[in-house]
Amino acid sequence: MSVKTVNGAGQDFGTEHEDRNNSASLYDVAVIGGGVIGSATARELSRYQLKICVLEKELDVCNGVSGRNTGLLHSGILYEKNMLRTECSMEGNAEFEQVAEELDVPFKRCGKLIVGFGDEERKRLEKLYQRGLENNVPGIRIIDHDEIKRLEPNADGDFAIYVPSAGILCPFTYTIALAENAVKNGVEYHFDSEVIGITREKGEKEEEGRWRVETKSGTYYARWVINCAGLYSYKIAEMLGFGPYYPNRVKGEYEILDKKAGAFLSLPIYPTPNEYGAFDIHVTPTVDGNVLVGPSIEKIGNNVDYSVTQKMIDHLTENGSKVFGYVKREFFIRNYVGVFPTIEDPETGEEIDFQIDADDQVPNAVSLTCITSPGLTSALPLARRVVRKIRQKEELAENGSFDPTRKGIVRFAEQDIETQRQLIKEDPDYGEIYCRCECVTKAEIKQAIHNPLGVSTVSGIKYRTRATMGRCQGGYCETRLTASIQEELGKKREEVLLNKNGAWMFTGEVK
Amino acid sequence: MEKRDVVIIGGGPAGLAAAVELKKKGIEDILIIEREKQPGGILRQCIHDGFGLTRFGETLSGPEYAQRFIDQAAQYHVEMICNATVIDLSSDRVVTYDSREGLVQIQAKAVILTMGCRERTRGALAIPGTRPSGIYNAGVAQSYMNLFNTMVGREILIMGSGDIGLIMARRFTLEGAHVKGVFEVLPYPSGLPRNIEQCLNDYNIPLYLSHSVVDIKGEERIEGVTVVQVDENMKPVPGTEKEFSCDTLVLSVGLIPENELSIAAGVELDGRTKGAFVDENYQTSTEGIFAAGNVLHVHDLVDFVSLEAEALADGVVRYLNGEAQKDCEIEVVPDRNIGHVIPQRVSGKRDFQVSMRVRRPMGRCRITLRQGENTVVSKVVPKAIPAEMIQFKVPSDKINSGEKIEVLVNEQ
Repeated sequence: MSVKTVNGAGQDFGTEHEDRNNSASLYDVAVIGGGVIGSATARELSRYQLKICVLEKELDVCNGVSGRNTGLLHSGILYEKNMLRTECSMEGNAEFEQVAEELDVPFKRCGKLIVGFGDEERKRLEKLYQRGLENNVPGIRIIDHDEIKRLEPNADGDFAIYVPSAGILCPFTYTIALAENAVKNGVEYHFDSEVIGITREKGEKEEEGRWRVETKSGTYYARWVINCAGLYSYKIAEMLGFGPYYPNRVKGEYEILDKKAGAFLSLPIYPTPNEYGAFDIHVTPTVDGNVLVGPSIEKIGNNVDYSVTQKMIDHLTENGSKVFGYVKREFFIRNYVGVFPTIEDPETGEEIDFQIDADDQVPNAVSLTCITSPGLTSALPLARRVVRKIRQKEELAENGSFDPTRKGIVRFAEQDIETQRQLIKEDPDYGEIYCRCECVTKAEIKQAIHNPLGVSTVSGIKYRTRATMGRCQGGYCETRLTASIQEELGKKREEVLLNKNGAWMFTGEVK
Repeated sequence: MEKRDVVIIGGGPAGLAAAVELKKKGIEDILIIEREKQPGGILRQCIHDGFGLTRFGETLSGPEYAQRFIDQAAQYHVEMICNATVIDLSSDRVVTYDSREGLVQIQAKAVILTMGCRERTRGALAIPGTRPSGIYNAGVAQSYMNLFNTMVGREILIMGSGDIGLIMARRFTLEGAHVKGVFEVLPYPSGLPRNIEQCLNDYNIPLYLSHSVVDIKGEERIEGVTVVQVDENMKPVPGTEKEFSCDTLVLSVGLIPENELSIAAGVELDGRTKGAFVDENYQTSTEGIFAAGNVLHVHDLVDFVSLEAEALADGVVRYLNGEAQKDCEIEVVPDRNIGHVIPQRVSGKRDFQVSMRVRRPMGRCRITLRQGENTVVSKVVPKAIPAEMIQFKVPSDKINSGEKIEVLVNEQ
């Protein structure tokens, strides 16, 4: 592929992108990291006349922090008023109806309960409630046992804080939607492109300098670099010249419950935070009808550890069942682990706020670090703050053809019977159920395989359709998915990957 | 809306046998709805032999066994639609299926549930560790190898000694893969003795009883597992951890009747079988909805699936003829040594067949059905193991009305 590249001022640099291993493109902006923050940033930047790329080390978006969390649209009650986390999550919360509409992503403003028992918990909840009032979290109130039962018969407590503005969303669908919308507006995604070095090449004048970003898939040049690298953000920050930062990551284990249990939960239920303000195991419904139990909280320094442990499975089961009676083994369908990019102040040992670094010492770079919870809620507000940092340095021309909307794959299971009939009439592939548990059709699988980002992994199809996410965990549909990947993309058996390089599915033919 | 006398959901061994038997008994208006492109169900991927000894008196491969019923179904002009998935069933027997021709709804007089079963997964067991590629359920691996000609790995470990896992141990070995061991958490195998002999012992594949996989390692492809010995309470024995390397972990840890549609139709399920409560006619708690085969309770041999479905046909015919069937009010209740019993309710007016499995291996034992002090039937079996179903006819002449029938097993 040979693409002529043009810089933001319209001046032809004449460099050509030859191939992945011999690339010499000049971008206006290189965003490092294709998670929800990187994708939101790329999407917001695509409102302007800029040549933008996203460099992602994995084979799909949403493979790190963004895909391994609770999927909660935070209200802003959890943190102090003057924190960037509070400001961004409240801004992100307030606008999400519009965002969900533009990007065609599922979302429910279901509210949330923080329940408590006895005088001690009452005191702690009152304190939390006061903070909610100070932060102007809309509509919060303390409710009694009867009202808890009216809101959610399966919740229990002597009293609770009811937070009506909290909601739930699907982190995969949301991140994919942001990325697809960015691509629609001209952004290029480069997967399998782990950044291994960044150097500043000086020009005649400061503003003529450029960043040389070396990745495992080739070298990219960019006038601006935006660091949205999630778990590895502190490293990229240091490569750019920010920091140093002291990661003390948090590992959180989760249990996913069957939709059979999900039928009994309409909104997230949290226990009262402990005396240090931390929440023990809580339960959260997903927009698709499952229940997430967790996370457990464990500090793991600068490790990244995605393994589930028996100890935490037992902990989740025992404590989860205290807030929701359906946390039982018979409803278990899967476990996962999230690792959150928490950074500490080395002197106090306290978790620091979201960091947006932009410094004249490091020209043309914006670095986002410690974007842990509520990062999902804060993604677009953070992205807009990145745009502002760039606009402080240069004028950006609006992209007149920017389209804020994106359409997702039409899900057969979510349609009424008349729409289902119409879909089959228009495309008979909607008449073949591939994933029985989640009722996903061949038509959806094919659309997912030919996704706008060019992702070809089995997990990529899963996150775009929900195939394999049901109670049989792919027992029925996985053979169909892998056969479709081979058929639609002309891949050999040994080229089919679960989710990443090295995660091969097959050795080849039997004979 | 289209109307049918009988709609059969699933064209596997149970559905085919029920259809043929109904035709033989004069029921003409039958439709089988099958989600795969061909009938035969799970037998299509069971290319090994050993099927049919009871039903046909000879040993057949899975596809051969299925073909006998497919041929008969064709001979009796059983109507069947394939590549069509039932997505809803209502309690008043409206069946909704999705197909390339459209979304179709049928009002049936009787519905027969023959959807089979699915495999228990890693997630349901919550096995600790990472989530790399290379972890397959035994039936999925079997499908890849036998239907898609696709090899899933080379260095294989098998967790669970269910029959499909045992069959796959041999299959992998014959295809040049190295099966390093089978780990079973129970102190005895879950699969049939003949499969232990023919699939493991004949190929020197070690079987580790009272062993469980407690950790899975590998970030991309699976690299190995940690296995630990368990005590009589199935608790890990500290210090017995052992590491095994592998590139593939195959799970054969149990089957679960696939009752999503049954639940939609309001059919009550038995927590022991995970299938419907049925009476001696194989009618569920929802009037006009019947169930047989693995959707009702997991069978050891397909022969018994066919026989059960054939027996069900009698009940369906009586129902279609309007003969009263709400007379099954005597509960059949297993004792603590018996995992489950089918049927769970009888009339006491007709002879019936009882099916059960014991919870633990036993030597010579006496099985008794009794009502209070009254013995309905009593028989001695030379041995009883959980892997094998026990079935026998129960005559109605000694059954009194009202009181529940207890099923007892006593080792002698």
